[in-house]
Amino acid sequence: MKTEHIVGVGVPRKEGWDKVTGRVQYIDDMSLPNMLWGATVRSSIPRGRIKRITFDAGIPWDEFVIVSAKDIPGKNCVALIVDDQPCLVEAIVNHPEEPILLLAHRDQHILPKAVEAVAIDYEPLPAVFSIEESERQAAIIWGTDNIFKRYLIEQGDLEPVWAQADFVVEGEYTTEAQEQLYIENNGVIASFDRERGITLWGSLQCPYYVHKALMKLCDLPEHKVRVVQTETGGAFGGKEEYPSMIAGHAALLAMKSGHPVKIVYDRMEDMVATTKRHPSRTRHRTAVSREGKILGGEIEFVVDGGAYTTLTPVVLSRGTIHAGGPYYWPNIRIHAKAVATNAPPHGAFRGFGAPQSLFAMERHMDRIALTLGISALELRRRNFLKTGQTTTTGQVIRDPIDLDKLLDRALGLADYHRKKECFRAENASEGWKKGIGVAAFLHGAGFTGSGERTLGSVVGVEGCRDGGVRVLVSSTEFGQGTKTVLCQIAAETLGLSYEDADIAPADTQQVPNSGPTVASRTVMVVGKLVESAARGLDQTLIASGLLRAGHSREEFREACANYVAEHGALKSWAQYQAPPGIVWDDEKYRGEAYAAFAWAVYIAEVTVDLTSYSVSVDDFVALQEVGRVLHPVLARGQIAGGVAQGIGYALYEKVVWQQGRMQNAQMTNYIMPTSVDVPTIRVYFEQLGNDHGAFGAKGIGELPIDGPAPAIVNAIVDALGINFDSIPLLPENIFEAVARYAQTESQGGAAQGLR
Amino acid sequence: MTTSRLQCEVSLTVNGKSQTLLVYPMERLLDVLRQQLGLTGTKEGCGEGECGSCSVLMNGELVTSCLVPVLQAQGAQVVTIEGLALPSHLHPMQQAFLDCGGAQCGICTPGMIMAAYHLLTKKPRPTAREIKDGLAGNLCRCTGYAQICEAVAAAAAQGDRE
Repeated sequence: MKTEHIVGVGVPRKEGWDKVTGRVQYIDDMSLPNMLWGATVRSSIPRGRIKRITFDAGIPWDEFVIVSAKDIPGKNCVALIVDDQPCLVEAIVNHPEEPILLLAHRDQHILPKAVEAVAIDYEPLPAVFSIEESERQAAIIWGTDNIFKRYLIEQGDLEPVWAQADFVVEGEYTTEAQEQLYIENNGVIASFDRERGITLWGSLQCPYYVHKALMKLCDLPEHKVRVVQTETGGAFGGKEEYPSMIAGHAALLAMKSGHPVKIVYDRMEDMVATTKRHPSRTRHRTAVSREGKILGGEIEFVVDGGAYTTLTPVVLSRGTIHAGGPYYWPNIRIHAKAVATNAPPHGAFRGFGAPQSLFAMERHMDRIALTLGISALELRRRNFLKTGQTTTTGQVIRDPIDLDKLLDRALGLADYHRKKECFRAENASEGWKKGIGVAAFLHGAGFTGSGERTLGSVVGVEGCRDGGVRVLVSSTEFGQGTKTVLCQIAAETLGLSYEDADIAPADTQQVPNSGPTVASRTVMVVGKLVESAARGLDQTLIASGLLRAGHSREEFREACANYVAEHGALKSWAQYQAPPGIVWDDEKYRGEAYAAFAWAVYIAEVTVDLTSYSVSVDDFVALQEVGRVLHPVLARGQIAGGVAQGIGYALYEKVVWQQGRMQNAQMTNYIMPTSVDVPTIRVYFEQLGNDHGAFGAKGIGELPIDGPAPAIVNAIVDALGINFDSIPLLPENIFEAVARYAQTESQGGAAQGLR
Repeated sequence: MTTSRLQCEVSLTVNGKSQTLLVYPMERLLDVLRQQLGLTGTKEGCGEGECGSCSVLMNGELVTSCLVPVLQAQGAQVVTIEGLALPSHLHPMQQAFLDCGGAQCGICTPGMIMAAYHLLTKKPRPTAREIKDGLAGNLCRCTGYAQICEAVAAAAAQGDRE
């Protein structure tokens, strides 16, 4: 085989040329003959019973196709984990902006007026809008107790620990919703004919999720539903489950009208009606020795799931397993639950529960350090997980991890100690305060628990007529570089050039189910299967006598072309099998939660302006261990992009709720970071030799959203000497806290101001 | 209902080609470019001038085409992303975005490249700060902006060499 390497090299993005020229077709760039436009009539109340629907005069209703729940041929649900979410409301509304009716018309511009002209009378029912209201059972809005799911992790014996502890440190931490804010809104086109069934094109992450949902909704067999992903302009989890809803809507309109139907949300509809990151509350009670050893702890982790189950149980699970951070807990009890509220369901967003519980953990570490009077760095060092120790679920860490080394390197890169000293001196007299903060964390790659085993993903690689190869996966590209990296893996495995490998469109009629494109699983899990399927091609060609082992690129291409010419097709398949020793017990909720973890230390440097109370992030060091980096340019882009989202999560992005409805569903008043709001994020990789996926790569996509918020808030606490335990942390929150602090200080007679 | 609205004629030059079109007076330039002229490289992200995905050049100035009623473009020279590349090769700015990892999901990319192109026409040798300021009207949710800024710097350096 040739020695030229493709893996580890910044080869051009497969679809890059089409993206920079604007030629690539997103869903809104596509159109079909005789296509209608679809629109959604949504609820205006959080909870209630529909009494009457009236269609106001002044709209030519006979020109419209109107779909209600009665038109659904199959089961009225968005099939996912539990079928509790209707595709269209039948009688009871459970959240604002819930879909009730669908309209289609050939003129896109008349639709908003028609939607306005549908009047719905309701009999309101009591509703709940916060974790606390849901827990108090102010109204029972889901099941018998408003609880979607509970988990309990118990390890060791906590009871004696409280008495042995020199300190017991308690804290409560909250995080709010965050909008994914992909720049391309949700959109789909559906067409239907009796022979072929439904074809659905759309901006989506998981073609087979949509496939399953449409089969159930439309009562169609597998072969009569075809789902094709179109180029997707960002997703971040926001196009994991919601596309099944909008796809269902377009499919129902297409079936009833006999025309193709396009539904593309505008920004406001996308923000107000689709999923966001789960709000959360975490309570820590930790027993610590004087020396800074964690003896044990109790963690209560609660997320707000919104009105229906959707993916909440799995989000809760990831958050629960990450709640203990990268630390060793000799004794621990974690209670976790997800509660229902009358808001649109919260859903998948990069990190998937982990950013919430890790924010709490990393803020709590700084609080413990402050209580003990030791440095936050030293406290972390004394409790870092080490190889051979177990996580909270009893998973033995077999990888050579070295968090001390990561921390040392990150501190050096950030010039931490010198800066910390400088800031102390400079902060005394200025109109601003500077601070520096650290977060250490981990992120499990792949589906949680037995998820990968249940999925049993299948991947194919086929030989092409011209001697090149084509990767067959349902794994989708939405910016991360799926197409590029999977082609690198196939080409490198077979000793080919990068140009020799291509990837099939993510079309359920052409590709097998390689699982959803989520959970930082594409490179590690799907990539490994691509490697294995590619090897199968090699073996087939060698067995056929057309190719010798140790072949050149040209020899492979010739043999492959000859085989295809002779036999018509050359395909090789690979299916997931759990690596040895990776066992998860669903009943006991214990075992190997993830085949591999990525590890990281992030350091943020901030300035708090004491006139405007705004915070600027002046420097950001992101150091991580993600196994082998297969594409340095893409990997860096993933980390920097995740950190920027984390800066938004910490400092800017606030969803304003009223009665379960987002009030600021516009880019004008929901603020995400611009180019001037983020520093040049400094991204570094460490390789410790714990290789798992294809060519030693582990998951990378979600990790970078976990660390920025706690690192930044720790830096703000360092700057001001005031504790902050909630995000987003806006200037008004800082102003209030500083004012309150000044008041307390002056009342206490020690008017020293901020340190 | 739809045919009762009054349409009128507008003449403008798009990517060097003269066009006379029948439009509704308050139609957005964005929709006319995308739907009538099929220039779908210009994207809609927010519809209110915040995200910059629909950025085009109008008489040499960067505008968000979702906020421009098409009649305002009467007689104007409009350049869209489709007007940058030559059939055989990319514009240096496009090449730089490709090389530096400035495009991830690609939806903000056409608008971002138009903003970057516009910046270099005004400031051929921008400082790092000027690049950030020049792109502050264009939102990107994928990259964290670092590799976009590097692409602009690389294209500027390339311009210097030529």
